[in-house]
Amino acid sequence: PKMQCRQLLRCISRSPATSSSSCFGVTRRQVHQPGGFDTSFGFEEVEPGQKQDRVNQVFNRVSNSYDLMNDLMSAGLHRCWKRRFVASANPRPGWRVVDVAGGTGDIALGLLEWSRRLPGRAPPPVRVAPGDGSVDSFREAAERQTAAAEAEAPAGCTVSVVDPSPSMMQVGSAKASAKGSTFASSIQWLEGRAESLPLDEASSDLYTIAFGMRNCTDLPGVLREAHRVLKPYGRFACLEFCSVENPLLSILYDEYSFRVIPPMGLLVAGDWDSYEYLVESIRRFPHQTLFANMMREAGFSAVNYEVLWPGVCCIHSGYKLPSVK
Amino acid sequence: MTSSNASSQEPGDTLAIDDDFDPDLLPLGDIRRYPNHRPLDCGQRAFLAVGSGVACLAAPWRDDMISAFGETTGEWALRRLRDDMLANEEGRRILAERPRIRTVEGGGSIDLEALRRLPEGSLGRAYADFLDRYGYSPDHRRTVCFVDDPELAYVMQRYREIHDLNHVLLGQGTDFLGEVVVKWFEAFQTGLPMCVTGAFLGSLRLRPKQTRRYLQEGGYLAYALRTGSDADLTINYYFERNWHQPLAEVRQQLRIEEPPNLK
Repeated sequence: PKMQCRQLLRCISRSPATSSSSCFGVTRRQVHQPGGFDTSFGFEEVEPGQKQDRVNQVFNRVSNSYDLMNDLMSAGLHRCWKRRFVASANPRPGWRVVDVAGGTGDIALGLLEWSRRLPGRAPPPVRVAPGDGSVDSFREAAERQTAAAEAEAPAGCTVSVVDPSPSMMQVGSAKASAKGSTFASSIQWLEGRAESLPLDEASSDLYTIAFGMRNCTDLPGVLREAHRVLKPYGRFACLEFCSVENPLLSILYDEYSFRVIPPMGLLVAGDWDSYEYLVESIRRFPHQTLFANMMREAGFSAVNYEVLWPGVCCIHSGYKLPSVK
Repeated sequence: MTSSNASSQEPGDTLAIDDDFDPDLLPLGDIRRYPNHRPLDCGQRAFLAVGSGVACLAAPWRDDMISAFGETTGEWALRRLRDDMLANEEGRRILAERPRIRTVEGGGSIDLEALRRLPEGSLGRAYADFLDRYGYSPDHRRTVCFVDDPELAYVMQRYREIHDLNHVLLGQGTDFLGEVVVKWFEAFQTGLPMCVTGAFLGSLRLRPKQTRRYLQEGGYLAYALRTGSDADLTINYYFERNWHQPLAEVRQQLRIEEPPNLK
């Protein structure tokens, strides 16, 4: 196993398309794209079947220090982005939300907190007790049942987190338990890939995926699957790093991503290669307008994207309209 | 996945563990000069040097940080050490042949079973006993990755691989006190900043009883400083050809004193 790890690391570290970095010169990574998105592991070309395994290995390795590294890499900005994402997704109480690639639970917990602060609960089903049929006894029975249902149903939405990495979800469920048993009981942790969700058709009011889309192998497949599990008028929301439009920011961002983040990954997580993969996978992701087109092709309507400050990530959103039969 | 040029008694595999690394076949722009090489630029080197230094103090169990600190700060010392090796005949042979201290399964030439069968008191037997006592293997050492020049990278790798043999030559265990003694010895021999800071800062963390044995007259600190400055460079000693030599003779040849017995 040790030799296999070393072999894997050697493969990962052999990035064929990187330009050399000189001592004081500004380095621009040449984005060389011989293959497609589904055959790229960062800047390395892999067999289509291999990408998912490689990605799983990366996340199993970094899961323990993932949150700390996010804080360090983005200087805490990722929390603002995620809070903005949750606000724009706006889950109402009683909604069923599916959060894909949400391993460490940041988004799931944020969605729960947001929905709990909103007024109202899901209207509980009113079961009419067999009685004498008079209006008063009906009203009393309904009030009693509502009170009982309100007492036992947790407020807010319910979230199903789907993630291919069990170790990431372990970190997440520990965080949820630390927050309280009501949080933990409202979240369901399912192991699975975004291309084949372990959920029924038209079962979710909201589909969220934050910083996970670039790790998926088959983007059209993920979008089709999202379309499948959403209810009619359900909302799709995707937070992901995007292509930076501002040229000055782009230069600074490239320098920072490729020169600072991998050594930081080595210092904090003991893993240079995984973080090099993560920054390279950002460059491989389609442009935000292209991704919006892919969403339209998958059947989403009113597709929109909103770029968040300082311009390195954006939120794509779309609605599933009921199919015209 | 063993190197194909590993034959049992011939010390011969180079710093490349695998043979398929040919720098001429790398794509344009890929400036790696040996397998596992990670080229760093000035800013990254400074960042890693400072960061790994902090990490060594904050998390001393992280051996990858100790390796990174040594590699990013050792350029000057490695150059001096390489020149010292070139001045010595056996050192020059080591630089030319680039032997690696790894087990046969790991791609090198060390046969631990054969070492264990050597007579008591020989260098090889003492080394095998040391490895067995602490459960080490020579394959556990990390490969150098942050040194740019392949020859200096080999010197760093050789230094790392003879660290256990320095323990054997100095008769020190791997408890904190033993590590500090060996680090002082290596600091004098190699001049690596990692050894100097490790020896000094490590000695601040000794327990009281250890500190007494360390600081007393004829104690371990005096021994380490004396031996470090008097002894010949152990990096110039071709261990792979001398497993059968009695340990006492090897010490005499390298001008290493017998360690004090203060237990």
